[in-house]
Amino acid sequence: MHIVTFTRSTPDTTAKVEVNGKGEVSWGDAATVVNPWDEYSLEEAIVQAKNTGGKATVIAVGAELHNESLKHSIAMGLDAAVRVWDAGIDATDSLQWSTAAAAAVQKLGDVGLVIFGKESVDVGTDQHIYQTARKLGWTMLGYVSKILEIDEANKTIKVEKMLEGGKQVLTATLPAVISVMKGINEPRYPSFIGIRKASKAEIPVWSVADLNVVLPAKSTELAGYSNLPAQEVITEMIDGASAQEKAEKLVEKLLEAKVL
Amino acid sequence: MSRVIVFVENFDGQVNPTSWEALGLGSTLAKQWGVPLTALVFGKNATAIAEDAAQYGADHVVVCEDATLATYRLEPYAALIAKLVKDHAPKLVLGVGTSMGRELLATVAAETESGLMTEVSDVVAEGDKLVITRPAYSGKVLMKVSATTATAFLVIRARAFKPNEKDTSRKADVAAVGAVLAEGDITTKVESFTPEANKVNLSDAGIIVSAGRGIANNPANPPAGVADATVWKAQNGFETIVQPLADVLGAAVGASRAAVDAGYISYDHQVGQTGKSVNPDLYIAAGISGAIQHQAGMRNSKMIVAINKDGDAPIFKMARYGVVGDLYEILPALTEALKKKLGK
Repeated sequence: MHIVTFTRSTPDTTAKVEVNGKGEVSWGDAATVVNPWDEYSLEEAIVQAKNTGGKATVIAVGAELHNESLKHSIAMGLDAAVRVWDAGIDATDSLQWSTAAAAAVQKLGDVGLVIFGKESVDVGTDQHIYQTARKLGWTMLGYVSKILEIDEANKTIKVEKMLEGGKQVLTATLPAVISVMKGINEPRYPSFIGIRKASKAEIPVWSVADLNVVLPAKSTELAGYSNLPAQEVITEMIDGASAQEKAEKLVEKLLEAKVL
Repeated sequence: MSRVIVFVENFDGQVNPTSWEALGLGSTLAKQWGVPLTALVFGKNATAIAEDAAQYGADHVVVCEDATLATYRLEPYAALIAKLVKDHAPKLVLGVGTSMGRELLATVAAETESGLMTEVSDVVAEGDKLVITRPAYSGKVLMKVSATTATAFLVIRARAFKPNEKDTSRKADVAAVGAVLAEGDITTKVESFTPEANKVNLSDAGIIVSAGRGIANNPANPPAGVADATVWKAQNGFETIVQPLADVLGAAVGASRAAVDAGYISYDHQVGQTGKSVNPDLYIAAGISGAIQHQAGMRNSKMIVAINKDGDAPIFKMARYGVVGDLYEILPALTEALKKKLGK
């Protein structure tokens, strides 16, 4: 089966992210990495492509920065990579993003399953995942913690899905879009051969015209970014001769503050 | 007619209480705009839940108890909400940020080509336009966004907005509607559901007790034949030290990424950048140093208490109260002191 997964480059998780004087989000000299949730979807795409005797393609919708995560994906073992970009796409608008993403999947033609990581840490949302499924008109299965079965002959997929109150087992028809949770697999590290392959890879860029799609008007407008309000916490250390004394003093403080 | 619609989240007959917070925000905005507030309730017990929705502020309630909607599935729920949105052209559709609320409102927003904003922690109405505040970059910065479409969709964060006081005298018009999709048109089937008993949801929790790497310094000795003594010590610590404290406080149990990655506790307890983002009234961090990834998930807690052996741990800088000490001594003492004070 031809499996597609999406990725993007995001600031390293340990990076200090701030809004600079021009109102832009900046992470200084910190490196960008593959969106942490995508490690799992990339691994799952490789595994499922192998299990079904198919291939796995990775797509990024965004500016050149995202080539880094596409190269990392190839180094991990993805078969092909495509970047979708056009000055006409506002990547912060989930409807435009998902329309372009869905059109790219359609252009590949023979895709049976799209796998996303649970969310993107930069935009801090997962809405583009469900909206891509809707734009494709495919079944959406979110928060998948395990793929139990892919039956290509009958075009069905069986998964375990995490809900707040427990676990659901669902079957659905293919093609489908799924999002996968941390812990679904152990993502592999890129191999030496993979890194060499990635360094030589030419990544094609598809524009809106290449996708043969009309983007919807922007549905949201960014008013701006701001830094978090400074938290002026005065820390009071609780001392005492014993653990019991410290604990009792702390309980008094918590009762005074009415947080219990 | 222009209106505000709130999707009241109902799973197997149980309402997610954050839905009442959504109704609270919805009724404030509906009053400001002079439009009615409509609640949608689908699935088991929908008619009974409709009465609660009225008491929490709904003027109208649309219920659907069709068999295809008895257990939550995205497709039939999204199809019905999309139809209602198309019929009523509301100014605003509100939902809550659970797995259900997120996928459902995103799907309907795509279907109706509407602007969607999730993880909303603040809303300011400038006339007809809503400017919302939400976190970005894992909570390291904030962004302000507004919708440019006739209908705006908002998914709110738990505990960011206040519910109305329940008014038992309040009634609403209740209208029952049918489903849009027949069973044969739905491509997903629920094979089974395994509930997790007594699970306290981190996102809704008023108090959270979290532990990190320090939980592995358990003085107890593992029984013979245990494969990994460190993992046993940590797991035993969560069961015998952290959980009893959480029980006394009615709190949820959280953990740092380090503790989850080491296999000390399951992933659904993880707080931080690749786990849950939480905003309780009280967050007790025990044996957690306070890496930037962890801070991103818990810095919105109203009060932070840090317990750590290392007096220089960065977590103390965020904490209102700090205790330097071994969590294996401090947490049990805290549990005892609370039992005494709270009379439990």
